[in-house]
Amino acid sequence: MINIIREPLIFEISSEGKTGIRLPESDVPEKKGLLANVPLRADLDGFPEVSETEITRHFTRLSQMNYCVDFGFYPLGSCTMKYNPKINEKVAAMAGFTSVHPLVPERLVQGNLKIMKTLEKFLAEITGMDAVTLQPAAGAHGELTGMMLIRAYHTYHGHPRKYVLVPDSAHGTNPSSAHLCGYTVKEIKSNDKGTVSLEELEKVMDEEVAALMLTNPNTLGVFESDICQIADIVHAKGGFLYMDGANLNALAGIARPGEMKVDVLHLNLHKTFSTPHGGGGPGSGPVAVKKILEPYLPVPIIEEKDGYYYFNYERPQSIGRVKSFYGQFLVMIKALAYILSLGPQGIKEMAEIAVLNSNYIRKSLEGIYHLKYETPSLHECVFSDKFQKDYGVSNLDISKRLLDYGLHPPTMSFPLIVHGALMIEPTETESRRDLDLFIEAMKAIDREAKENPELLTSAPHVTYVRRLDEVQAARNPILRWEKKQ
Amino acid sequence: MSYIPISEADKKEMLARIGLESINQLFSTIPENIKLKGYLNLPGPLAEPEILEYFEKRIGENRYGQFLSFLGGGAYDHFIPAVVDYLSSRGEFISPYTPYQPEVSQGTLQAIFEFQTLICQLTGLDVANASLYDGASGAAEAILMAYRIKGKKRLIIAANINPQYKEVISTYTRNLELELVEVPYDKSGRVDKISLDSALKVESSVVLCQSPNYFGVIEDLKTIGEAAHQSGALLAVVISEPVSLGLLEAPGKLGADIVTGEGQSFGIPLSFGGPYLGFMSCKKDFVRQMPGRIVGQTVDVEGRRGFVLTLSTREQHIRREKATSNICTNQGHCALRATIYLETLGRQGLKKLAWLNLQKAAYALEKLTSIPGVSRKFDGPVFNEFVLEFPKDWQEISSRLEEKGILGGLAMGQNFPQLKNCALVTITEKHSKDKIDRYADALKEALR
Repeated sequence: MINIIREPLIFEISSEGKTGIRLPESDVPEKKGLLANVPLRADLDGFPEVSETEITRHFTRLSQMNYCVDFGFYPLGSCTMKYNPKINEKVAAMAGFTSVHPLVPERLVQGNLKIMKTLEKFLAEITGMDAVTLQPAAGAHGELTGMMLIRAYHTYHGHPRKYVLVPDSAHGTNPSSAHLCGYTVKEIKSNDKGTVSLEELEKVMDEEVAALMLTNPNTLGVFESDICQIADIVHAKGGFLYMDGANLNALAGIARPGEMKVDVLHLNLHKTFSTPHGGGGPGSGPVAVKKILEPYLPVPIIEEKDGYYYFNYERPQSIGRVKSFYGQFLVMIKALAYILSLGPQGIKEMAEIAVLNSNYIRKSLEGIYHLKYETPSLHECVFSDKFQKDYGVSNLDISKRLLDYGLHPPTMSFPLIVHGALMIEPTETESRRDLDLFIEAMKAIDREAKENPELLTSAPHVTYVRRLDEVQAARNPILRWEKKQ
Repeated sequence: MSYIPISEADKKEMLARIGLESINQLFSTIPENIKLKGYLNLPGPLAEPEILEYFEKRIGENRYGQFLSFLGGGAYDHFIPAVVDYLSSRGEFISPYTPYQPEVSQGTLQAIFEFQTLICQLTGLDVANASLYDGASGAAEAILMAYRIKGKKRLIIAANINPQYKEVISTYTRNLELELVEVPYDKSGRVDKISLDSALKVESSVVLCQSPNYFGVIEDLKTIGEAAHQSGALLAVVISEPVSLGLLEAPGKLGADIVTGEGQSFGIPLSFGGPYLGFMSCKKDFVRQMPGRIVGQTVDVEGRRGFVLTLSTREQHIRREKATSNICTNQGHCALRATIYLETLGRQGLKKLAWLNLQKAAYALEKLTSIPGVSRKFDGPVFNEFVLEFPKDWQEISSRLEEKGILGGLAMGQNFPQLKNCALVTITEKHSKDKIDRYADALKEALR
């Protein structure tokens, strides 16, 4: 990375009269006075004026300030930052897919519908569920959709119910999605193994609880071994078991949510199925359900008759649309290409190596970093800064110091049940060399914490910018560039 | 597998370090009775050339490529400069996560900051977020945001907004005990002022309308805004064709409190409906009620400018169930494409692009309505799409046009039964005069 040039905002390098593109001249006779009574804008004041060369330099320089999976290890826990295969990008960029308008008659887009139906079938097989909708745009959108299905079921059967149970280890989107669906969230405390306590669950589960939202493996990377008993307790009172599938990378090809008595779950194609995260999307959050919830899926659903594919909108119990059109089509293509390229053996190996890599890191750092829960974990492991705290060093400082080693830090913002968390998810696409680089860096940072803590508390030292003042950003928000008067 | 860089020898050594003998032991916490016996029932593995072949076959099953299309209605076929694909394809933009570590994410963060600025400039409002899923969910989020600000359970939406936006709004609000009131349109295709005034007699949180609306007609935002504000409601405007903003006055300058919309027109391919780009801006006072990620400017310890995700106390990872929205991953890469696109076009380019769309649509409207039996349904001013009325059911005409390789427009009858003889025709800068003339000739024949 060349971090010498300080790249200004595009607005600051703009100068009048330049443009990055020449548009064709009009080939129709000009009509005057077309918008005579409509308020028009005097000018696009402040809009940039730059040449194509400047655009290219600007964004190339910006790109070089980013850390990315193509560059190195990215162990953000629960984010599954695996390698994004290039063939997936190539097929999704084919003009035969990108140029198609979404409202073209079905008979002209049979190939596209077949792709979607095939992906639905594959995801149903991988999860052991009965039906899938591909419409939700991201994981949180899938959660919202899943909770809406549950609410629609309960409403149809007389009473929507009031509460949704969420373990204290859950990702923040879980309670938020339940709330957006009109439910009040009740938190249930984890036991000393970091999993759902059956006794706690028995106590709070009643006929006013619509569902339990459970991440499995949970955010500690720990498999909820009692999942079938958990499901039984929830089902006995007429509730549903919702599974957050963010961590499916640990299970695909090994065990299926369908067999775990899960009623509905969302998947993240941008996690488990290798589609790139794009610096914050687009994701894709398909939702898989058991038969009982199928009538409520968003419209349209894709059906097939004698090899002909079509959209069915006649679904009286459907929750309706959650998004324009059919979902993130190009992301679906990438996920389908990925599943095809792995095949059944490859998918199982994906989960196996993801879990192997995580346990290799866990074993290598055990004793050096504090492990609050000693329960065996699958694809991710959660350490904390408890040992380093003695030297005045926090998980934030450790993370910032990792940047100096050319590595991306782990997740720190959750799970909330581990104070000072360092949640590490390596994924299966890391080589031993990259895992060892990380392990050695973490060991070196622990030594530095003892010998020279200031090196950590003032880190990072070699990045394009150093530690940024987030308090000032929030207190005195500057959220856009403004032209100097 | 070529994506797994762990060799058999690595596996053995790693297992030895962990203290296990087999991979299976790693999964000992999963009860045996729920473990999968054998492999999943899936095809593959396919080699790279076979994957290419698989998707080429699917493209072969699509027949869309051979058609001249005049479809729009929320998705628009605009020209995309080569530089957009080229720059946005860089791995440094495609393969990072959401910028949680600002020191190594300044590229993404600065691009979003520029995106927010461009959206503010276009919409005439103070602050914009980093993106939402699409125009439809943007409209739903705008409604919920207005409700958080005003607290009145009554929400007014124009009947002439994109029907899919209406459906998503209805899905999002159904479980929250909110009352949606629809205001009809008048002869010009615009929001009916008398009905609006009467709807506003009961206290409401918001009036949401679209401009240009689903009929392609430009709304009188100033009048709608004044009516809304007089009764204490906010004005939220949704825009599905933002290229129009190259010419039209910014909605924020006409009274809009919240502007949201679909940014697909800005350098994002049609792609059978996604991924697209939701955007949202609002007045400064409402920023803490805005959903989604926001990037702000700050300084580092050496006093150098830098950018961070900010105002995150609105968001789910801090506020959990009290968050303004559950949105987390948004459409970051689509926002990057839009940023590159808008900056490439720039001040002159966007204006000219909008002008080209306007002129070509005006030519097409004149040409097509000169055909006997074809008339303009609404007389309000239009930008680049318009509703035509025909002497018979549009479906019949549409099939005849299809035989001639033309997709002539979107049927209006499904969503507006009284418009079953009507179609929405969309023209962009990509429609040359020849193409429009070809459409006119085919239509003449189809009507015979």
